[in-house]
Amino acid sequence: MYAFAAFASGLVFGVGLIVSGMFNPAKVLGFLDLFGTWDPSLALVMAGAIAVGAPAFAVAARRPASFLQTPVLLPMARSVDRRLVLGSLLFGVGWGLAGFCPGPALVALGAGYAKAAVFTVSMVAGMLVFELVERAGTRAGGGAESAAGSP
Amino acid sequence: MAIDLASFTPWSAAIGGALIGLAAAALVLLNGRVAGVSGIVGGMLKRPSADLGWRIAFVLGLIAAPATYALFAAIPAASIDAGYPLLVLAGLAVGVGTRFGAGCTSGHGVCGMSRLSPRSIVATMAFMLAGFATVFVTRHVAF
Repeated sequence: MYAFAAFASGLVFGVGLIVSGMFNPAKVLGFLDLFGTWDPSLALVMAGAIAVGAPAFAVAARRPASFLQTPVLLPMARSVDRRLVLGSLLFGVGWGLAGFCPGPALVALGAGYAKAAVFTVSMVAGMLVFELVERAGTRAGGGAESAAGSP
Repeated sequence: MAIDLASFTPWSAAIGGALIGLAAAALVLLNGRVAGVSGIVGGMLKRPSADLGWRIAFVLGLIAAPATYALFAAIPAASIDAGYPLLVLAGLAVGVGTRFGAGCTSGHGVCGMSRLSPRSIVATMAFMLAGFATVFVTRHVAF
């Protein structure tokens, strides 16, 4: 049931990305082209998602366990550090170069676009670089910052 | 700046966004997990591996979305203008950046903003800013 719920969530998430147009890099780049002819659609995608998501997160944060009786694992990190900002800036550069972020890339991969596959493989390679850096840092005893993980 | 009214699709954007919010709501209420795609994928690479099952299931759901959508309507075409070298570079930047930044458009932009997390608000501003700047340079300055 736990895995099925995750599958269903991924499926609805992916359909949302298709409906909203976000799985199309040209549409995303139209939003990021603030100084050209700007397509504000993506702002409404985020607004729509937050409008539905916010009450659910407020409920989840107050519950001792999820509705499937598993722990509610919300990010505990609070500090706004250099790592967060620099990482996000680098992500934004990559996003602006191709118009893909992780979710839409996986959906476009599912739609059979070879270019999405190339992007996804490169993205996973980039994530592996992060893992290797983290492991090297932990071995050297400097892994104090390695608690980051998920958002 | 001029608004591209021909491309602006407010209704499908808001409805698609609501579906994304619904998916994130389901994952946190049922599974107690944050629907952050970079965190879900990146978490699969951790060793020793833990809780792989739901991560794989979520990613399979994303990949199965086009086929499911196609049962009801024709899938709109995606247009990917970047060439292969640029896609590799962009993919690497997104992979490294989202992991060091601890999230992407979904984890920070949707889930974190829904929680009003200060970290996610800063991260979202940072990647939006970098995205705007990058497209400004590639479309209006260089080449």
